[in-house]
Amino acid sequence: MDLVTVWFILVAVLWIGYFVLDGFDLGVGMLLPVIGRNDVNRRVMVNTIGPVWDGNEVWLLVAGGATFAAFPLWYATLFSGYYLALFLVLLALILRGVAFEYRGKKDDAKWRRNWDAAIVVGSALPALLFGVAFGNIVGGSQIASSTGNAADAGSINYIGSFFDLLNPFALVVGLMTLTVFATHGAIFLALKTSGEVREASRKVAVRVGVVAAVFAVVALLWAQTFSERVAVTLPLVLVAAVLWLGGLLATIRGRDGWAFILSAGTIGLAVAALFVGLFPNVMPSAIDPAYNLTVYNASSQSYTLTVMTIVAVIMTPLVLLYQGWTYWVFRKRITSSMIPS
Amino acid sequence: MNLDLARWQFAVTTVYHFLFVPLTLGTVWFVVGFQTAWVRTGNVKYLRLTKFFGKLFLINFAMGVVTGIVQEFQFGMNWSDYSKFVGDVFGAPLAMEGLLAFFLESTFLGLWIFGWDRLPKKLHLATIWAAAFGTLFSAFFILAANSWMQHPTGYEISETTGRAVLNDIGAVLFQNTSILAFTHTISASFLVAGAFVAAVGAWHMSKDRHLDVFRPAVKAGTWVILIAAVVVSITGDLDSKVMVEQQPMKMAAAEGLYETTANAPFSILSVGDLAGDSATRIIEVPGLLSFLATGSFDGTVQGINDLQAQYVQQYGPGDYSPYVPVTYWGFRMMIGLGMLAALYALWTLWRFRGGRNPKSTVFAAATAVITFLPLFGISAGWIFTEMGRQPWIVFGLQKTADGVSPTVGTASVLISFIGFTLVYAVLAFFEVRLMLKAIKAGPPEIASEDPFEDSQDDADKQLYFAY
Ligand code: HDD
Ligand code: HEM
Ligand code: HEM
Repeated sequence: MDLVTVWFILVAVLWIGYFVLDGFDLGVGMLLPVIGRNDVNRRVMVNTIGPVWDGNEVWLLVAGGATFAAFPLWYATLFSGYYLALFLVLLALILRGVAFEYRGKKDDAKWRRNWDAAIVVGSALPALLFGVAFGNIVGGSQIASSTGNAADAGSINYIGSFFDLLNPFALVVGLMTLTVFATHGAIFLALKTSGEVREASRKVAVRVGVVAAVFAVVALLWAQTFSERVAVTLPLVLVAAVLWLGGLLATIRGRDGWAFILSAGTIGLAVAALFVGLFPNVMPSAIDPAYNLTVYNASSQSYTLTVMTIVAVIMTPLVLLYQGWTYWVFRKRITSSMIPS
Repeated sequence: MNLDLARWQFAVTTVYHFLFVPLTLGTVWFVVGFQTAWVRTGNVKYLRLTKFFGKLFLINFAMGVVTGIVQEFQFGMNWSDYSKFVGDVFGAPLAMEGLLAFFLESTFLGLWIFGWDRLPKKLHLATIWAAAFGTLFSAFFILAANSWMQHPTGYEISETTGRAVLNDIGAVLFQNTSILAFTHTISASFLVAGAFVAAVGAWHMSKDRHLDVFRPAVKAGTWVILIAAVVVSITGDLDSKVMVEQQPMKMAAAEGLYETTANAPFSILSVGDLAGDSATRIIEVPGLLSFLATGSFDGTVQGINDLQAQYVQQYGPGDYSPYVPVTYWGFRMMIGLGMLAALYALWTLWRFRGGRNPKSTVFAAATAVITFLPLFGISAGWIFTEMGRQPWIVFGLQKTADGVSPTVGTASVLISFIGFTLVYAVLAFFEVRLMLKAIKAGPPEIASEDPFEDSQDDADKQLYFAY
């Protein structure tokens, strides 16, 4: 396998890691007012993700950094192209991060309400917009060469507007990620809490999970029309759908651990299907396939890729090890009686 | 228009990020030190200091993290032609920073914050050590990336694409520019954090509160300032010589030196139009600039006019000098405000001599001010370094004007610029309020020597720490 393919897979793995991990803490954040009907319960929720949310978010930063190093043209075109969408995501993540840290630092109901609002918006908006962004990548964007010379990949830029990003397919993908992450978060809560919060979370997980299933079926089947290899991606999507149903069933049965594994598996497979369908493109052009950014014309040279492969091969297992250990250390379920006043 | 907006946005967001960074880089080692002292001596005083400065550290760290997220994506948003041109080289240290540093920092800090009653004492101590090393690695990689912009090495320009291509990662990570930027910035960060810790402690003590708890903190802070001041000066001096070699225009601009001069004086204060082609010097130290730049009082320092003529020959027509007033004053503020902290440290040592207690309103007031001065000094250092590199974004390779995103609309840049600035202003307000509140609250009362002793496996006990 050539190095650019390795790096395409690594970038996909980083995004899968990000969506599986930050997916549930975004979900917990947006469900704050739905499941947490009083302040103690909201604190139970926030504390389930307290020790891990920042580590989860780093998957996004590394996905960004790895894209910069391995596919600079992809990094440049994507983030300058989806400018305002990314701006909104960044604002949301800023407010959310500060809110976790600051909401408890003052004993005042209004202070907490305001930061809670920041957590809800700061979680829901990225969950929606990441889906919209992926919908646009997969479905093709308004990118073209400014010189008209398709062989000069450096001249390819996004020339559409912010509103071009809000096309029907992308919006459905966005609604899918929004509802899937909410469900994933509720399932995580069911696993990490007991008592009132757990009961409420299981109910929400099933209800939102059914809505998510509808959006997911529409979005992922629609995505097959853009797929480069339906023979692989369609089965992946079907398996993902089965896992999702299994996850909801496990939730109903009260098998929280299984439910979480299954919903994580669903997210992993669905994202994998999108990336497999994309390859070898990284950003197809909706204007003319000649302007597609691919792993070949958007990538760094082999020296950089080799150096980065060595670093990634050494570091990724280590990171997985110590992040896994963190989840082990904080494995205990949290209940309202454990929250100090 | 876009170029100016993009530059303003980069300057505002980066300088803002770097208000929190030096405090994080330095303070975390104080927390490490206090907690290590507690674990080794069992003296609860050190645990109280750990908790107190740990809380201040976390309030600051949160802001460092969220403002850093913007930095990671800004290169793509506003500087896409730059990102395309240098990504092959510049992306590598950035990705390494994520893999080696950010994961380490964020994961182990989560363990440290929430792990007091979940981990054995020594293992818990190890988590803050790990996080502290994470911050060091982070600084190293990002500074290597920045040093490459100051002095590109280890690359070639591809014949097929015209873009920079990495050919020696060691040369990028370990060139002297990078090592010096790292040592200079880290020691400057210790200066900032030392002043912060010393001043916070001295302020409480000057009000006659928590004397026994804060005495070791003031002492540690003061000595860190003094040592850091020496290291900053040495590395700064080395940095000057490297800079003269690599970016002579920056040194000329730092001095407002228009004509090439031997035995050049260092001007401490001057008046008049610095951006013109001469300025009236009020105070100067003969020969000092030559010494800084070349290591000899008789050395020749090239002036702006000569360098400009030379660059026009080398790179074609254009203006190759940065905006002199900013570099001139940036350089002086960096040194001046930083060194003021060293004077303050000496004063503090004097006031505390022999176990004395500095109850005094003048000292308390000076203390409140000094907390912030080195922070402005370290910002000034960056503003000088970065603006002194202009008009280049990568020295000698790409001009800032050629790095900006070509197809992003002015409205978009304007919206994001205003948005970030407003949100940052609001957050600064909350951050300062929380900091002051936490400082005023003082160190927490802790009853027993080891409050976590019997909490390891008690199932439904209250959490020791919760958001
Ligand atoms: C000399 C040190 C230094 C410099 C020049 C910068 N940073 Fe920084 N950054 C840090 C030192 C640091 C740190 C000490 O590691 C921080 C500060 C507080 C913190 O939480 O970690 C951090 C946080 C931080 C984060 C959040 C990490 C997390 O979630 O844990 C990101 C993504 C960046 N930075 C990215 C950048 C980029 C792209 C920069 C270049 C423009 C930059 N930083 C300049
Ligand atoms: C953390 C401390 C830093 C501060 C305070 C800082 C500050 C600044 C300032 C004030 C400018 C604007 C100069 C001008 O436009 O005239 C600038 C430019 C720039 N800096 Fe830095 N910088 C820092 C670190 C970095 C690092 C680590 C990088 C890269 C890894 C970087 C990359 C850039 C780029 C790409 C520009 C060009 C954009 C522009 O001209 O505004 N900076 N920086
Ligand atoms: C005798 C004292 C000092 C000297 C001679 C000195 C010299 C320098 C020089 C020449 C540079 C530019 C490096 C370049 O662009 O290549 C620089 C940058 C910088 N200075 Fe200083 N400095 C001194 C004190 C300080 C102090 C007290 C602080 C902090 C409070 C500080 C913080 C910085 C920072 C953050 C930078 C940018 C990072 C870098 O390029 O290293 N400096 N200094």
